[in-house]
Amino acid sequence: MRVTVIDYKAGNLTSVLKALRHLGAEAIVTDGDLAPIESAERIVLPGVGHFAATQRLDATGLTPAIRAAIARGVPFLGICVGMQWLYAGSSEAPAQTGLGHFAEKCARFPEGQEKIPHVGWNSLEVRPNSRLLAGVEPGEYVYFTHSYKAPVTADTAAITQYIEPFASAVERGNVMGVQFHPEKSGATGLKILGNFLAWEGTE
Amino acid sequence: MITKRIIACLDVRDGRVVKGVQFVDIIDAGDPAVQAARHAREGADEIVLLDITATHEGRQTLLDTVRRTARELFVPFCVGGGIRSADDAAQVFEAGADKVSVNSAALANPMLIDAIGRSFGAQAVVVAIDARRDPDAADPVRDAQVFVQGGRKLTGRRVVEWAREAEDRGAGEILLTSMNSDGMRTGFDCELTAAVSKAVGIPVIASGGAGTVAHFVDVFGRGRADAALAASIFHFGVSSARALKQELAKAGVSVRLPC
Repeated sequence: MRVTVIDYKAGNLTSVLKALRHLGAEAIVTDGDLAPIESAERIVLPGVGHFAATQRLDATGLTPAIRAAIARGVPFLGICVGMQWLYAGSSEAPAQTGLGHFAEKCARFPEGQEKIPHVGWNSLEVRPNSRLLAGVEPGEYVYFTHSYKAPVTADTAAITQYIEPFASAVERGNVMGVQFHPEKSGATGLKILGNFLAWEGTE
Repeated sequence: MITKRIIACLDVRDGRVVKGVQFVDIIDAGDPAVQAARHAREGADEIVLLDITATHEGRQTLLDTVRRTARELFVPFCVGGGIRSADDAAQVFEAGADKVSVNSAALANPMLIDAIGRSFGAQAVVVAIDARRDPDAADPVRDAQVFVQGGRKLTGRRVVEWAREAEDRGAGEILLTSMNSDGMRTGFDCELTAAVSKAVGIPVIASGGAGTVAHFVDVFGRGRADAALAASIFHFGVSSARALKQELAKAGVSVRLPC
């Protein structure tokens, strides 16, 4: 199985590539070349760091190519900032628009109650019928590190509680996102990446 | 619910894991890649590799060791030692680290924290602080001093103030090591850890002094730590992270279990 991984110079790709290859995927990296998007079987958009970095997706012309791939039904997984980019935007960089596949915006955790960023292993309340999170049992933990988060909506695939409930995973059609880092979440994370790699398309 | 992290720490010198008592008396404790994999398998929530020789001998972090250690590690991996520039950090990330820990280089050039944070995000920058308190000081906690170069050199900075500055500059976490307690197995410095944790809004990792399960319970409670580092408690089969966490859970601490 082949996966196109998008490098937009936001943090390092190494961990994501390592995990995908560990699972037997052939990972191809693009940092602006459109061909690996146009011929993609699956796409992963990783990302740690600042939402403003997604500007590079627009600057390199990757955004319309990604939009077209999603429209073709190519399974797409956004990780961390890569998930946030699927929304309309984020208060972290108000001038930068996201893909808008999900209409809402991401916002910072409210100050003054707990440490920000939210760093560490937290649990998932998985909504029924999530394909991405199939087989994830109550009480399994995944690793988070972030200060901004997406709101809980009808597309939310998992809810996590930190200061307030937020969307730790989102899923609609062939488009999925996780706020946590599956590549850093031990066996549970590998299971989730495996689900994405095994996913055969919209039923 | 967010859980308290148990972080396995590998002090590495010349590509080997070593353990010292108060930064001296160093003994060999194995291969970093093997040790890291074992800790992850045995339930550690995160791995920290500190190249303890890098700074004062002027060497680069051992990128090969990092690469080898990261290869099959699917939990967060932080690397420190000898990182003096955003370029040094970039090499360590490229080799497979998820976070870098900066210490003396950040004290010499605090802008380093801003620079790495800008390029890689705050979550990738851990500022490590080696703290020593003078029991005779008027206020030993408030006056606790920051040391560098493996505890040999006083910086003239106070611990709590430096932690605040690190946060302002964009650090994502503070790794606070009590040099009074390090390697002694007599417990963490809970007072100092609590003072730092209250002073900053970012997570604080407590380090130095772990000897018993009760010490961890104490630092997560009274010490207000978000995570705790352990080295010698694991190295010689005293305990595994999983066994430690099972005991912590019995004591009412929220931890990642099963793991």
